[in-house]
Amino acid sequence: MILKIAWRNIWRNPTRSLVVIMAMFVGMLFGLFSSTFMTGWMQQRLNDGIETETSHIQLHHPQFKNTDDQNIYISQALEKREQILLLPGVNGVSERFKIQAMVASAETSTGIMVLGANPQQEKQVINLSEKIVAGDWFESQRRHSIVIGQKLAEKLKVRLRSKIVLRLQDADGNITGGAFRITGIFKTINTSFDEAYVWVQKNDLQKLTLLPADAAHEIAVHVENQEMQMQIVNKLTSLYPDLLTESWQDVSPELGYLTEVGNTYQYFLVIIILLALGFGIVNTMLMVVLERLRELGMLMAVGMNKRRIFTMIVLESIMLSIVGGFSGILGGIGLTEYLQIDGIDLSLWGEGLTEWGFAPIVFPMYDIPMVVTIAALVIITGIIASLYPAYKGLKLNPSEAIRVI
Amino acid sequence: MSIIKIEDLTKVYNATQVPVHAVNGISLEFEQGEFAAIVGPSGSGKTTLLNMLGGLDDPTSGSISIDSQSINKLSANERIKFRLHNIGFIFQAYNLIPVLTAKENIEFIMELQKVPKAQREQRSKELLEAVGIPDKAHIRPRQLSGGQQQRVAVARALASKPKFILADEPTANLDSKSTEVLLDIMEKLNREENITFIFSTHDARVVKKARRVITIEDGQVKSDERK
Repeated sequence: MILKIAWRNIWRNPTRSLVVIMAMFVGMLFGLFSSTFMTGWMQQRLNDGIETETSHIQLHHPQFKNTDDQNIYISQALEKREQILLLPGVNGVSERFKIQAMVASAETSTGIMVLGANPQQEKQVINLSEKIVAGDWFESQRRHSIVIGQKLAEKLKVRLRSKIVLRLQDADGNITGGAFRITGIFKTINTSFDEAYVWVQKNDLQKLTLLPADAAHEIAVHVENQEMQMQIVNKLTSLYPDLLTESWQDVSPELGYLTEVGNTYQYFLVIIILLALGFGIVNTMLMVVLERLRELGMLMAVGMNKRRIFTMIVLESIMLSIVGGFSGILGGIGLTEYLQIDGIDLSLWGEGLTEWGFAPIVFPMYDIPMVVTIAALVIITGIIASLYPAYKGLKLNPSEAIRVI
Repeated sequence: MSIIKIEDLTKVYNATQVPVHAVNGISLEFEQGEFAAIVGPSGSGKTTLLNMLGGLDDPTSGSISIDSQSINKLSANERIKFRLHNIGFIFQAYNLIPVLTAKENIEFIMELQKVPKAQREQRSKELLEAVGIPDKAHIRPRQLSGGQQQRVAVARALASKPKFILADEPTANLDSKSTEVLLDIMEKLNREENITFIFSTHDARVVKKARRVITIEDGQVKSDERK
């Protein structure tokens, strides 16, 4: 009966209740939507970062990152690659040289990182071959082919089929170099990445640097399922205790911070919206209680105890919150589903976004834990917002309340 | 045997500033089956006495015993529980729950008492018939006349099978015809089911029907006549 009374009480003043409900609806719709937008955006950046730039796991010589010495490398890399490929959950391994170099065109020169890898192996660990906008990904396997980013091509003022020169140190510390022909140009959403990295075939780089053929500066590993990642990292660490095995979170911690920031943001924003809306509910419920003083006094007089009266007031508040909040959540989900089809186009700010590696077209996304948590926050808001009005109601002296005109 | 015993009851408002003795040393006893009216001018203390009798207000001094249980020593929650099971109330302004139908208003009290659903339904049906409005079961108070609302209030007061019913100016907002009908119903219930009614009233028609008239003035009993 208390549930029935609470529900019907909401509709005693439909206009007032609808104002609160609409406020909750709009607040939750946009609260949820902005959360799904941010989550989708961060997740896209993360996925792009892993699939295009870092892959899931990298192995290095423990001193590799602290030195420019090219003789700090992983030995027997080919054999290690074969071993790693056999591990359950691993679906791609590529061993690479990774060397700082200068690249020069007729117009200008700049510093870059050269990766020398087997193109087919590389396709297993990163999806750069799908980002080719001109030429191809080493299809012809012609010697001294090079694939560069579009941003770098613009900087060097070169194009497909142009020749550029790589200058670097070899294993003996001598400056060496070679001319390469651009056979492919890629474009990712991260223009900084496009400007900083180039790919050549491993044997071309090996001949320039005179490094052993079975050496590698880096072994990149791609896994089938991110949930297996840590397990595989632990396995690799125990298999190769003399190497440094790192997950993408260690290689590129800023990618991990992105998802954390996204998660924190989504709840932070929703909490702020609910806090603001909560004051509206407090105001409404206070009016409701003060208007019904006589009725509350009567209820106490006929034998309704304070616990039940408290419960009734709290239920009214929760129901108001649920009607408005849950419909807003459903609206937010609907809006997200709709915008997931074509994404949200932020190309107007495209240049600035891609400098940071963010896609100009965002596909919002949500998951069930997010929706459930936000729904729980709505209910909590309803409960908290009712506490003060319920307290006011309980302070009543029944004999005085009944006399209220 | 007395079911209600009031001994030297006093209620003082504004004790520290200008004290007002709303009730001043009243002693009374009521027996089962009484149909009593407490009369007096406005401000005489009738409603204050009734409120204390119903446990809605605390006396400044004195005691009230109902079936040998002293109610002014009970805690607030204990008093609420006591009222639920022992006292029925009828108010001047009906005070029905506006969002519930007539039937639901009556069943509400029984639900608070944790009476099973089937019993609640049966009893509410009987009570609506007893007060003469069985066809108004599913109507909300807003759609009932004043007299009909007060009849629902009577039925609600009876729903908990109380030891006695306190009615504070129950006819004040009713026209004469509704007043007659209501008084007839209450008198019939009193006669046939031995339900005790204690009224606080100005209404001469209530006084006429009452078998005991207690006159109060300035917080004291001036006369106590049985017919």
